[in-house]
Amino acid sequence: MQIYLPIAEMSVNAFLLLGLGGMVGILSGMFGVGGGFLMTPLLFFIGIPPAVAVATEANQIVASSFSGVLAHFKRKTVDFKMGTVLLVGGLIGAYLGIQLFNHLRSLGQVDLLVKLSYVVFLGIIGSLMFVESLNAIRRAKKTGTAAKRKKHNWIHNLPLKMKFRASGLYISVIPPFVIGIFVGVLAAIMGVGGGFVMVPAMIYLIGMPTKVVIGTSLFQIIFVTAFTTMMHATTNFTVDIVLAVLLLVGGVIGAQIGTRIGVKMKAEQLRILLAILVLAVCGKLALDLLLQPGELYSLGNSGGH
Amino acid sequence: MFRFVLLFLLAALPLKAEEIVADLSQSSVGISATFDGSNILIFGAISRDAPAPTSEPLQVIISVAGPSKPVTVRLKEKKVGIWVNSDSVLIDEAPSFYSVATTAPLIEILTDDEDRFHKVSIDRAINSMSAQIQSSGHARDFVEALIRIRTDNGLYQVHEGAVELMSDTLFRTSIDLPSNLTAGEYTARILITRDQRVVDMFETKLDIQKVGIERWLYNLAHDNAVYYGLMSLFIAIAAGWLASAVFSYFRP
Repeated sequence: MQIYLPIAEMSVNAFLLLGLGGMVGILSGMFGVGGGFLMTPLLFFIGIPPAVAVATEANQIVASSFSGVLAHFKRKTVDFKMGTVLLVGGLIGAYLGIQLFNHLRSLGQVDLLVKLSYVVFLGIIGSLMFVESLNAIRRAKKTGTAAKRKKHNWIHNLPLKMKFRASGLYISVIPPFVIGIFVGVLAAIMGVGGGFVMVPAMIYLIGMPTKVVIGTSLFQIIFVTAFTTMMHATTNFTVDIVLAVLLLVGGVIGAQIGTRIGVKMKAEQLRILLAILVLAVCGKLALDLLLQPGELYSLGNSGGH
Repeated sequence: MFRFVLLFLLAALPLKAEEIVADLSQSSVGISATFDGSNILIFGAISRDAPAPTSEPLQVIISVAGPSKPVTVRLKEKKVGIWVNSDSVLIDEAPSFYSVATTAPLIEILTDDEDRFHKVSIDRAINSMSAQIQSSGHARDFVEALIRIRTDNGLYQVHEGAVELMSDTLFRTSIDLPSNLTAGEYTARILITRDQRVVDMFETKLDIQKVGIERWLYNLAHDNAVYYGLMSLFIAIAAGWLASAVFSYFRP
């Protein structure tokens, strides 16, 4: 069934979008990742203009994060104070990101910015995950030697310290603030929640306890992506609600199925699969940039959409 | 009804030796949520107050043009190993859609002068004056790229020989409107030529608009962007809440 997207101004197969949403939803449920970093490039591949894909995906992430954070509210695993510091940074970062996005859009370079960011981040994350899960499998075979984390580092010597009760931390607000800014920029230009950067940063850099990490990052993501959605909707007019609804219907159902599959499968093998998938998407995007395109010319609307 | 009256009036006016009387199968096309392309039938007759001249055969050219807008055409170049947009040319005006159907190859039925004056061929329908002044020489490549890309997308079409002409009087053709159509006021135009000269011209409007929810959403997104953004967020949050509520109900 073809459906006409009012903002993207193109006709696409509704079942294809539901299927994509469902597939990415299953993966995000299985691995506990947001899925924005897979969905946005997939939207490029089916021909959605990158500007529309990024803005619409931000809107969809609001839905999936909200769905996820409710469970964490109930279990009281959200550090609101830490979340607020991350959020203030995130809003500033998102604002800066949107400015950069709009500037490059006017220069006709936004596709390049978005695709390059994806190649870099998917490349880094994919390789790290791949190595990490290979090591985990090796460790599991040897048994015993669990890696230990260093507790004290330069981060603990920074000024402006604050107490974060829910996390049991007394640290400077600078690191979470800076992490927030960084994630905000990513949300604005890549259409991702940024959980894949924030979660490791919270664990390894800030030293937050694992049980509050996911809830707190979801809390931050909701507001940052909501802000990003509003910014894109009011400055670029690129949020396609019909596209968002189709993706999120598939996404929420997929996520619930994925969670159940995830419980039954071995974590290390799953992670390797995800790593390979991330690297494949990265490779496809990189090839598009590296190989000579079939059509060297492209058309752009002048004077807005 | 009004259009029919007009048609009879036009037919009754003996201004030229040969005159076009024509209509479209529909005067408007709605882009709805399930819009998947459409096609439009253009038909008519040639009314004469004297027997048809027998010297040169009559030819018919039918075109449908979308609203003209400026377009930026960008060229990719390899820089530091990757292909990036570098050069760009602004083309003053190019129709968003252009389809031309004829009874014979355009070159044989229209002189270059007439083509330039009436802007019949795709090339002439695109106004790239300032682009040619801006960039010396290679503006031509950019115009050709524009035509090539839009032709590949089904937005620019040339159908030579697709107009059926019966007994030098009745003619008709059907023009495909692809699914990636942009809304706006389209113009359908019929030209008849003899000896490569335009004998008569007929023009009518074709209104292509988004309808229903498509129209409402598009207008809201552009005219009331804040409300549209808030509505998108509301839908997202409601969907997120609903999903979590439904699944936690089913979960033991």
